[in-house]
Amino acid sequence: MTPDLGSWGAILAILAMGLASYLCRISGVVLMGYVPLTPAVRRGLAALPGSIVVATVLPLIERLGLAAGVALAAAMTTMAIRRSELLALAIGMATIAGARALGF
Amino acid sequence: MTSPHHRPRHDRPRFTWAGLVLGARRVSVLLPGIIVFAVAFGAAASAKGLTLFETLLMSGVVYAGVSQLVAMELWRPEWTFGAIAGVAFVTMTVNARLILQGASLQPWLSRYRKRQNALTLLFLTDANWLIGTRYHAEGGRDASVVLGAGLWLWIFWVGFTVPGYLLGAMVSDPKRYGIDMVMPIFFAAMIVPLWRGAKAARPWVVAGIVALVAAKLIDGYAFIVIGALSGALTGALLDDA
Repeated sequence: MTPDLGSWGAILAILAMGLASYLCRISGVVLMGYVPLTPAVRRGLAALPGSIVVATVLPLIERLGLAAGVALAAAMTTMAIRRSELLALAIGMATIAGARALGF
Repeated sequence: MTSPHHRPRHDRPRFTWAGLVLGARRVSVLLPGIIVFAVAFGAAASAKGLTLFETLLMSGVVYAGVSQLVAMELWRPEWTFGAIAGVAFVTMTVNARLILQGASLQPWLSRYRKRQNALTLLFLTDANWLIGTRYHAEGGRDASVVLGAGLWLWIFWVGFTVPGYLLGAMVSDPKRYGIDMVMPIFFAAMIVPLWRGAKAARPWVVAGIVALVAAKLIDGYAFIVIGALSGALTGALLDDA
């Protein structure tokens, strides 16, 4: 027997998604509060931001194709030269738009 | 050294207006991308038959674009408790990267009160994690920057869900406008300010290789967490920093 959730089903699903997301948001901070900051843990945490960035981006290039890879490289080059997120984003977006328009 | 949990009350930092504004300003380069993504999500939600209230509620309380679009793939007219648990579980797997992002912020946020962090983390998302990480790497220590950036984006994310919902199918394909590339480009650009020499980047190489392999072997978004954890572990094991 399943209870009829009616129109509350969607609301409950949304609230459950919100709760799941909030648990993800807080649990890293909460859990690390119980881990003593030994030198090794410190080094691991120092390596974490760059590792998250690289682990997010590299497989996306693989999935999204060569045009995406060229766009990301263009954005990184722009950032290295000018240190402007706005410019890097603009150049990256222009590159992907151009490459996709050309059929890559 | 005293534990941060036992600092006297007056020693705890407060949120500052200047930090909130700085965060909002730094994240503003992403507003056009967020707006188009919000419009696309609103359109996808109306196509799936959500009411406008449900759509706004989801953008407001979930505030994680990719997981919301994935949930639209799983959306159904009738719900069981099992289906609700299922969509919550999928949301958690897509957003698991936030666990690691939070962990990387912990040494910084530990100076703040629990309820301050509970509020800041309510608005934690890729964009303000990146903004905050860069700001901290440059020597900044005001966590209001993370909160300000998150709040500012949240307003636009929720607000622009409405026109998307009303315009419907006209705008439901994010790929058509290259919007699927905004966050990847922003992530890639962020490698530059995080760069601390080739030696410090060795864990990143491990993270990248492991993530590539994981993405090949496992569906979904597990590759981010698996790759990033491998990188952190490598950093912990390498002695000379």
